[in-house]
Amino acid sequence: MPIITYRDALGAAIKEEMQRDDRVFLMGEEVAVYQGAYKVSKGFLQEFGEMRVVDTPITELGFAGVGVGAAMVGLRPVIEFMTWNFALLALDQVVNAAAKMLYMSGGQFKIPIVFRGPNGAALQLSAQHSQAWESWLAHIPGLKVIAPGTPYDAKGLLKSAIRDDNPVCFLEGEMLYNTKGEVPDEEYTIPIGKADLKREGDHCSIITHGKMVLVAMQAADQLAKEGIRVDVVDLRTIRPMDVEAIAASVNKTNRAVVLEEGWEVCGVGAQVVDYIQRDCFDNLDAPVVRVHQADVPMPYAKSLEKHAKPDLPKTIAAVRKVMYLD
Amino acid sequence: MAKKKSEPETKSDAGRDMELLHSMLLQRRFEERCAEAYALGKVGGFCHLYIGQEAVSTGTLSMLRPDDYVITTYRDHGQALARGMSPRSIMAELFGRQDGCARGKGGSMHMFDANTNFLGGHGIVGGHVPLAAGVGFAIKYRGGDQCIVCFMGESVVNTGAFHEALNMAALWKLPCVFIIENNRYGMGTSLERASAIHDIYERGAAYNMARQQCDGQDVFAVREAVGEAVERARKTQQPTLLEIRTYRFMGHSMSDAVSGTYRTKAELEEYMKRDPITLLRTRMEEAGTLTEEQLQKMDTEIKAVVQDAWDFADASPELPLEALYEDVYVDTTT
Repeated sequence: MPIITYRDALGAAIKEEMQRDDRVFLMGEEVAVYQGAYKVSKGFLQEFGEMRVVDTPITELGFAGVGVGAAMVGLRPVIEFMTWNFALLALDQVVNAAAKMLYMSGGQFKIPIVFRGPNGAALQLSAQHSQAWESWLAHIPGLKVIAPGTPYDAKGLLKSAIRDDNPVCFLEGEMLYNTKGEVPDEEYTIPIGKADLKREGDHCSIITHGKMVLVAMQAADQLAKEGIRVDVVDLRTIRPMDVEAIAASVNKTNRAVVLEEGWEVCGVGAQVVDYIQRDCFDNLDAPVVRVHQADVPMPYAKSLEKHAKPDLPKTIAAVRKVMYLD
Repeated sequence: MAKKKSEPETKSDAGRDMELLHSMLLQRRFEERCAEAYALGKVGGFCHLYIGQEAVSTGTLSMLRPDDYVITTYRDHGQALARGMSPRSIMAELFGRQDGCARGKGGSMHMFDANTNFLGGHGIVGGHVPLAAGVGFAIKYRGGDQCIVCFMGESVVNTGAFHEALNMAALWKLPCVFIIENNRYGMGTSLERASAIHDIYERGAAYNMARQQCDGQDVFAVREAVGEAVERARKTQQPTLLEIRTYRFMGHSMSDAVSGTYRTKAELEEYMKRDPITLLRTRMEEAGTLTEEQLQKMDTEIKAVVQDAWDFADASPELPLEALYEDVYVDTTT
């Protein structure tokens, strides 16, 4: 099977969907002439022309709304945010327009749109450029929220997102764009709302998503050397969340670590822990432990940034804690 | 691009004028009953009446084709009626019932109707202006000759969404007609206390956009200005910014006294001398195209239509509780 980057998997997904359906277009800052701030849309302008690959002024609120308006009357926009940090300016359109239009119109106006871009911290970009927004977005009924961790999942889920008739927030990662993985040449999609058991074990579950999937896999590798067998549940979709997959894993292992990139308070992990206490209470052998970013704005200084981020040692320590090994 | 004094149409088609009068009077009578229904607790939440501004909706929407699009703010009953939506479905929406135009899920501020391309009343000031640019983009994308009319209050011009949307509409040459209904007050804050410039159609200069100011109490002046803008949109796909000067005869919403703390009774009475319905009626009477009997007959018929809408809304079922979870997501994927 061909091995490609996460970036190329995303690009292939959008390109294939644009070839398949002429209502699909890509809009955002630097997507056309510049070939994409992160080169996801390299070659798109040449292939599809300027009506379907649209450079915008720096106006997140404005072009997000342009996308929603176009979706109201039948187009299927893919709106690229250079990063989700900038998308904060567009949240009125994402939340008040895209997410609610179907409901407040009594089912008359669907909004088939994808908002996508890198989410979470990269390296030393400091406070305003290092934020993971999935808990904010997943809070909103009417939105679907996807955060793939591998090239295979990125391509299959982005194609599903573009074909979905609902607004989808698609969270990528700067630090993921160059990662590689197997992606078949042939057409495939991945259903939204289905977690993937990335690794099987029976001692402890790590439930995670997005960029942290790689950390969880590394943790599982290291712990395996000590004879600790970890189940890695990759949520892939944050909303709707695959509650059955979480319960199936935790009811098997009786122990859980919930790993995410974002902050602790009201984070995605808090919701996962709630599902665990509802569905696995009698089977738990230890309190669930969460791993997340420190409860501070992201610092610039390298040493402090490292200290703030969830990482491999913190994840391993969390597993050891729920296993009562320390 | 300069400010243009509108020449009122003198030669009028009597039948068309009757339609204009009917449209405006329907809005007036309908909203008088809305206020009554609100007082009786049949309508809840926020309710913003349009009384005094009917020449803007009627004048504008009488210039559109059925395949054009309309989007507006939360002060949307009058425009919904002028667009041809059924009074029954609008009243049922106000009553929060199953037969409402948004299944009772939107209410006063969120009238929607896919059949007439009425893309909603929207509740966040300025938030719908980028949507209008998006509809304009979609028209251009498909190569159509439709246009989108976007109504907004004058307070919208101070929002970022307005600026971002108008810049893109002009930059990309989108067939949008942006209509500022300048009724002098954003809630209780006068234009002069909110905007650094007071001839706000001049905001269009910042986007190199065709722009014009016109009298919003004169339905013919509105028709003429909108007609030019619509033609510009169809033929050249260029947007237009129209400032239509009008006045709201009621409070901002039902909780606001008619004159309130921010305007005087004398000011209100002065503006009410230019009631758009009276102006049209007088002109028609002077032209000999409307008799007192005709007017009375029309009024009686309209009151019956509004009563029918009320009765229909009152009889329309409450939503079943399972409807709570419907319309959050579309089930199918394409």
